[in-house]
Amino acid sequence: MLDPQQLHDQLEQLARSKGISQWDLGATSSTDLSVQVDRGEPRQLKGAQRSAVTVRAWSTDGRVGITSSTDLSADGLALALSGAAEASAFGDLQEPPGLSCRSTEPTASIERPMREAQPIQQMLSTLLDAEKQLLDRHSSISTVPYNGLSERSGERIYLNSLGARRHERLSSSSLYLYARAEQDGRKPRSAGAVRLAHGSAELDVRGCIDEAAELTISHLDYAPIDTGSYTCVFSPDAFLDLIGAFSNIFNARAVLDGLSLSNRDSLGQQLAVPFLSLWDDARHPANLGASAFDGEGTPTARLPLIDGGVLSHFLHSEGTARQFGVAPTGHAGMGAKVSVGPDWFEVGATPGAGCGDSSLDRHRADGVVWIDSLSALHAGVKASQGAFSLPFDGWLLKGGERRSIEAATVAGDIRTVLRSIVALEGDPEVTPDGLCPHVWVEGLAITGEAE
Amino acid sequence: MSFLESFWRQRLELLLAAGRAAGADLVEVFLERGDRLGVLAEQERVTSVSPSFATGAGVRVFLGAEQGHRDGFVSTNDLSEQGLLHALDQALGMLSLQRPGGNGTNLADFQGLAELSDFGAGKQDWLGRCPGVETIADRLLEGTARLEQHGQHLQARRGNYSRDWQEVLVAASDGTFARDLRLHQTLGLSVLAADGEHRAGVARRFGSTDLPEDLMVWDADGTARDITSSSATMLYADYVDAGTYPVVLANKFGGVIFHEACGHLLETTQIERGTTPFAKRIGEPIAHESVTAIDEGLSPQSFGSLSMDDEGKAPQRTTLIENGILKAFLSDRAGEMRTGQPRTGSGRRQSYSFAAASRMRNTFIAAGPHSPQDLIGSVDRGLYCKVMGGGSVGPTGQFNFSVEEGYLIEDGQLGKPVKGATLIGDAETVMPRISMCANDLDLAAGFCGSVSGSVYVTVGQPHVKVDAITVGGR
Repeated sequence: MLDPQQLHDQLEQLARSKGISQWDLGATSSTDLSVQVDRGEPRQLKGAQRSAVTVRAWSTDGRVGITSSTDLSADGLALALSGAAEASAFGDLQEPPGLSCRSTEPTASIERPMREAQPIQQMLSTLLDAEKQLLDRHSSISTVPYNGLSERSGERIYLNSLGARRHERLSSSSLYLYARAEQDGRKPRSAGAVRLAHGSAELDVRGCIDEAAELTISHLDYAPIDTGSYTCVFSPDAFLDLIGAFSNIFNARAVLDGLSLSNRDSLGQQLAVPFLSLWDDARHPANLGASAFDGEGTPTARLPLIDGGVLSHFLHSEGTARQFGVAPTGHAGMGAKVSVGPDWFEVGATPGAGCGDSSLDRHRADGVVWIDSLSALHAGVKASQGAFSLPFDGWLLKGGERRSIEAATVAGDIRTVLRSIVALEGDPEVTPDGLCPHVWVEGLAITGEAE
Repeated sequence: MSFLESFWRQRLELLLAAGRAAGADLVEVFLERGDRLGVLAEQERVTSVSPSFATGAGVRVFLGAEQGHRDGFVSTNDLSEQGLLHALDQALGMLSLQRPGGNGTNLADFQGLAELSDFGAGKQDWLGRCPGVETIADRLLEGTARLEQHGQHLQARRGNYSRDWQEVLVAASDGTFARDLRLHQTLGLSVLAADGEHRAGVARRFGSTDLPEDLMVWDADGTARDITSSSATMLYADYVDAGTYPVVLANKFGGVIFHEACGHLLETTQIERGTTPFAKRIGEPIAHESVTAIDEGLSPQSFGSLSMDDEGKAPQRTTLIENGILKAFLSDRAGEMRTGQPRTGSGRRQSYSFAAASRMRNTFIAAGPHSPQDLIGSVDRGLYCKVMGGGSVGPTGQFNFSVEEGYLIEDGQLGKPVKGATLIGDAETVMPRISMCANDLDLAAGFCGSVSGSVYVTVGQPHVKVDAITVGGR
């Protein structure tokens, strides 16, 4: 267990002895258990006890230094603070980060139940049973080569010389099942599903099996697709992956670094169709990883990013907010150069603006590509250029019937995509990365293998 | 006897004996101490200096063959006696084993550790010989200044350096006792060029192993010229037309295609999972007869080279494919136990928090008889991939790669630059289509992420021609 008060007192004393008047500290501690199985046998069982601490110290001329360590002992803290003080000699004078003026504000509590981890043999039994059920669903499902059930409990703290003492605890569990199906004379096919919960006893195991089986079976009957321009409907997961990959649009750090598709003057400009709105909401009740504060201790909050299609806010750290003359938004990491990033997206219709073409229904669509999941975003997304070319799993819809598409890619430009959305279909669905409905986009380039 | 020997030998022998007494078939402990540094320069100033230190241990326990060589693995940052015993108890508990109570530790089943194989001897001063932050900063700023000097329309210029110094100690109940010191350094420059709606991002990264002073011989000006030349070319490039073409892949990082498309499928972890189509094909043709492929950990200073793997075994040169015929798999300790493929010194892991797995080291397609121009000249209409980006392979063997810098080939000549290409396919289909290999084998440093984390690797090849591959574009 981390003791914020004790750590604060230790560091304050150490800092005083070294003549350091401004400092902060972020620390985490966690315990993990995970199991994997393979055709009825345990495959690998893993556990971990991890700890990490990052200390920053400011020199008298305002430069910051940083040091990270896995050693949370008193000696470890002393070394980390000394290292940070030495590193501050190389700190950036032009744009140094500071302490967040909001780091001592009260934070609203987040409903976040802590769950005790189940015994590992119980986890193993649950996963072996899930694998068996999935293998039994269809004769072609021969293995579930990627599977895992994990539990984690952890805590994190943020402290600083302004008196901030942030502390939160979190337990989480995940289950993933990716099946592989093989039929004579056909290429192997694979699909899967993921479920998250606060503890493994709450995981929707049946739902995960059902989804993995349904998706895998749906890809057995596949055909190549003609290369061309298609109207596509993105699943919530796929659309959120795409938004996440281009989140530099909303990132004030990237704007200042010249690496964003936006610039300082982009706020207030039309970015997407008017019926699309987007929020970042770390505190959303469906976000199982909800956090009350960011890496600088700033409270998290719901923030509109696109309002009625218009770019309305950027994500900020303390340093970027200072440069823009606004308040930090609770999206900072912790570093010598502080990173900025989104937490959990909520994509929805602009109140009063409709959802686009309400006649569109993927269950009656014809000639439309349904993109269920995108792959290889690390390689196929050029975030600072706006371009993407990505392999995907999905179906070609004919009269509402799905036919799995053999290997194919979808390519485009995110700015064009946001302006080419024609409908938001159905209720938003909860995914690990956010909340989003199915999103229809016209005019996307699909490359297939049809002769 | 050194401090390391006297302090850790006794502790580890007790730990290993305790694990054996509990009924484990084999117990392995991996200890690590890391000292890392990252430096970032942007435009004309250094914006981040980030040192970090880590210590930890990974304890792995195996059952015997009759129980399928099941294993449990626990990692911890707590290297105290109690911390390591707790980790061992957890790992044993995963396999329903328990240490005997009282003084029940039975040393009879454990013959003790062998004499230390100290691969770290002679490397003790490496960390101290690495450049200091001021020198690193000077070199990075020299790089970003050269970019400004040679480039046009540059909206962002960056230089980054990372140093990863690692001391590892491996002990196992089969007597393995080995230590190594490793040093990996990377240095990269990148730009984002922008002119109106046109944008191009270009990056180059270099990596070395075991060369403390390598940064001092880096050619900042040459790198900057290369990057700015590429960014100027790609800034106004059109998007590639989608289709199926013959493709010529350049040497060096072009080797990522073999790494992703085929190399991963030749790791025993893939046999264990049932996800490689090549599991039972040793001795059979799986590639065009022009293809010979090798994985080794021996080349001096190459990014994937090792004095020992992360299971204490010396690396070797492993011929994977010879003239198209599958010859061997890459195997680690668990791979040997579970698949019968002999260990190849390929047990690798990112850190103590991962169990080792069979992983690639320096992997390349051997040189062939042709000149690069022979390959390009043999294509009427196709794509030349000068610089490859990243890629990945899925559970069905389907792979994908992005092409960072491409050129059309028309009538056997290089044509206009194109961007936005993605190569997709599967190994079984594509390997037989690598029909020509040039005589200009070269290697490039990279990182590989997989089951045991991110490890340092080299990819490589000469120029190769693939007769037909699907090119995703617009």
